[in-house]
Amino acid sequence: MKDIAIVAYNQSKAVSDVGPCNEVELIMPVLAEVFSQAGINNAQDVDFVCSGSCDYLQGAAFAFVAGVDALGAVPPIKESHVEMDAAWALYESMLKIRMGHADSALIYGFGKSSPGELPIVLSQQLDPYYLAPLWVDTIALAAMQARMLLDQGKISERDMAEVVSRSRRNARNNPNAQLAGDVSPEDVLAQPSYVSPLRKADCPPVSDGASAMIICTVEKAKSWGVPYAVISGIDHRIESHNMGMRDLTDSVSTRLAAEGAGLGDGPVDVAELYAPFSHQEIVLTRALGLGKETNINPSGGVLAGNLMMASGLSRIGEVFNRIIAGDAGRGVAHATSGPCLQHNLVTVVEKA
Amino acid sequence: MANLAAVVGIGQTSYTTKRDDVSIAGLVREAAVNALQDADLTWDDIDAVIIGKAPDMFEGVIMPEIYLTDALGCNGKPMMRVHTAGSVGGSTALVAASHVQSGTFKRVLTVAFEKQSESNAMWALSTPQPFSTHLNAGAGGYFAPIIREYMRRSEAPYDVGIKVAMKDRLHGARNPLAHLQKPDITMKEVEESFMLWDPIRFLEACPSSDGACAMVIANEELADQATKPPAWIRGVAMRSEPTMYAGREEVNPQAGKDCAADVYKQAGIVDPRRDLDCAEVYVPFSWYEPMWLENLGFAPEGEGWKLTMEGATSLDEGGDIPWNPSGGVLSSNPIGASGMIRFAEAARQVRGDAGAHQVEGAKLAMGHAYGGGAQFFAMWVVGAEKG
Amino acid sequence: MSEQEPITGIEAPIYLKYNFTAGAAPARFLSQVKRGVLTGQRCPLCEQVYFPPRGSCAACGVPTQEEVVLADKATVESFTIVAIPIPNNPIKPPYIIANLVADGANLSFIHLMSECVNEDVHIGQRVQAVWKPAEEWDYAMDNIRYFKPIDEPDVPVDRIGKISVAGWEG
Repeated sequence: MKDIAIVAYNQSKAVSDVGPCNEVELIMPVLAEVFSQAGINNAQDVDFVCSGSCDYLQGAAFAFVAGVDALGAVPPIKESHVEMDAAWALYESMLKIRMGHADSALIYGFGKSSPGELPIVLSQQLDPYYLAPLWVDTIALAAMQARMLLDQGKISERDMAEVVSRSRRNARNNPNAQLAGDVSPEDVLAQPSYVSPLRKADCPPVSDGASAMIICTVEKAKSWGVPYAVISGIDHRIESHNMGMRDLTDSVSTRLAAEGAGLGDGPVDVAELYAPFSHQEIVLTRALGLGKETNINPSGGVLAGNLMMASGLSRIGEVFNRIIAGDAGRGVAHATSGPCLQHNLVTVVEKA
Repeated sequence: MANLAAVVGIGQTSYTTKRDDVSIAGLVREAAVNALQDADLTWDDIDAVIIGKAPDMFEGVIMPEIYLTDALGCNGKPMMRVHTAGSVGGSTALVAASHVQSGTFKRVLTVAFEKQSESNAMWALSTPQPFSTHLNAGAGGYFAPIIREYMRRSEAPYDVGIKVAMKDRLHGARNPLAHLQKPDITMKEVEESFMLWDPIRFLEACPSSDGACAMVIANEELADQATKPPAWIRGVAMRSEPTMYAGREEVNPQAGKDCAADVYKQAGIVDPRRDLDCAEVYVPFSWYEPMWLENLGFAPEGEGWKLTMEGATSLDEGGDIPWNPSGGVLSSNPIGASGMIRFAEAARQVRGDAGAHQVEGAKLAMGHAYGGGAQFFAMWVVGAEKG
Repeated sequence: MSEQEPITGIEAPIYLKYNFTAGAAPARFLSQVKRGVLTGQRCPLCEQVYFPPRGSCAACGVPTQEEVVLADKATVESFTIVAIPIPNNPIKPPYIIANLVADGANLSFIHLMSECVNEDVHIGQRVQAVWKPAEEWDYAMDNIRYFKPIDEPDVPVDRIGKISVAGWEG
């Protein structure tokens, strides 16, 4: 299988409300930044473009069509879109490169969640006949998952508070983070209950923003003469939507994806996990078999800023950044979709 | 070079205004089970599932792949959701093919669907948004001015669209799955039908349908062992351009021309009218047949309508290059699936498995889909031979 | 069980509330429209003027900053006569939806035409905005009720989209 290199990555600052800024205005700055990193001019200089977005976030059909206006797609380009996190747009792009129809690809994801009430909006992602009419929101479902973990003694509230504390502290070094600060586990535990057993700090903020990445063949990366890291494995798996049939205290699909991506073939210096809720980081850490040697969510993760449809791609980008900076030799990035970690993607990124 | 891949199973639902006998899950599963049966396979033989549909607002279910995983036997497998507007059915087939052509998977299932009756599709496309005047009275309101410009340029007779509308419904009458069954349709009936968006009459526009289409795509080794003849994928291409920019050619979009040139090159096609045996092309409004005949290089610019009027694209008139033998989008239009139906029907032709709408001896066929403001294109060429 | 009526549908209405924002470029445009002024944005690379502006040149993929005041006269690029109502819109069929290019802009926008004989509308025809009374102006393109034909010579097809803000003398 062809080795594929990451050569550029950028994310906008996660903000709670980006205000008067349409899709194009949200996307263009991150695109300009990755073009500059790769030393190219625009989307005409890559062979394929793929994006991830979700119409319901901003409440307008065909959000991604407006996104095309940011690309300079004249003359026409090879372009596609997934109604998923852009991490899956990366996956689609890798297939295109592997089949020899592209040597390079631009991937971007964007989400403007501020116009709607995100947890309520996402309730309409559930089974439309049984669950969606109940308007069960994502926070309530995550709270039930946390309750199971607590009641089975698999985690403690202090464990959760420690995840939050580490996220806030790590985020102080992340200029794009929305929530950062010197927060101790005790500070978190002192907070009132929000949706029991979750505290507000256990839940992700609602964020607006975008991220973009450029990948290519290793030969192309060399010809561009830019630093790169290599994607050595990628896999994703989904599991039942029927939450009663799943063991919510584990993430079987993450385990399967990690195996498929060859995570166990080497040490893991850094991990960026898409865990929207604090307890989910613990579930994922265990499913991925990560130990003390792994630096988990040095960016602060999505508890520090949750760009729907972009944060999965950003996790991969954050691992790339650590490797390029020389802080890590091998890392894992995780992306998720659906309630209670239903669908999971695992990417292994290595030093070139 | 891409690995060889082939369609080894095809399944469709029947197309109709309202499939109130099945849920969304039941609808997609029906197509998927039909495809598995056609391929003589079971769920365990599938390595990944790639699903596509048009905007989520058509059914009111956000990212429905999340909910459909159980119905499509995906648990523990990769599942992917594609959305590229009206071209999505075609794009989804291409993304599915890339799973195999990249050498990553041996055999995948792809499904595209729309269950427009679950919601109000017209409403879904017209959610009241401030700041923009809402004047798009449906897709017809958008495409009618472009068709008018084509008529002006080509000086085509007024009844070309009427002819296409009749021809595709006569084709559809040969296809038991087609939504509109109008075996006795006449040009007079089309001409007398209500003018909706001048110059588009009611019978010159596609219906709104529920339905799903599925295909199993396998690698060379598995396709060689298939029980029924495979349809070998000989070329795949996608192109996009912005909806609006100064000087944009809306009648004959560059993205369509480039996409066709790309797919022909891969399939070794020099003259599509001569080299292809038939084509399933996304024609939601009748006049798009002559427009796409030109855009796709079947006729010189300004002369596509002549092929239509000569009967070249008609099965019933013994045309040399039948277009939409299945009846096309004008006979059935579950939006998100319509592109995949074109791709699947092209595959049926080269498998010799198209029943009463079979083009005799078809060996090479094209599937085509477009979407947005005629700005997103997806095409493939399939053949009875590997190439 | 066998006597169970088949269930062919359930009512599950979805209500979601959104606070839309227009975007920076559209916001500037709408502020001008509220004052009865039409503005486009010029691409710094290809110099084409977009109207209404979205903040980018879709062809070049670069941000557009420079604002250009346009005339409220326009040319018909194409049109359709529509016989069905628009959801949530009081307009009564048959009415004309036209792709119009404003003088000073280089690509078309969609608006209504009225005060005309539908059958006489044609490509290249000159039209002008009919505004609502100024006291009703809001941040919206329907400050212009519709466009009506004016007594100016037709624009040849190859000149549509290339008329300057100074207008068309024929």
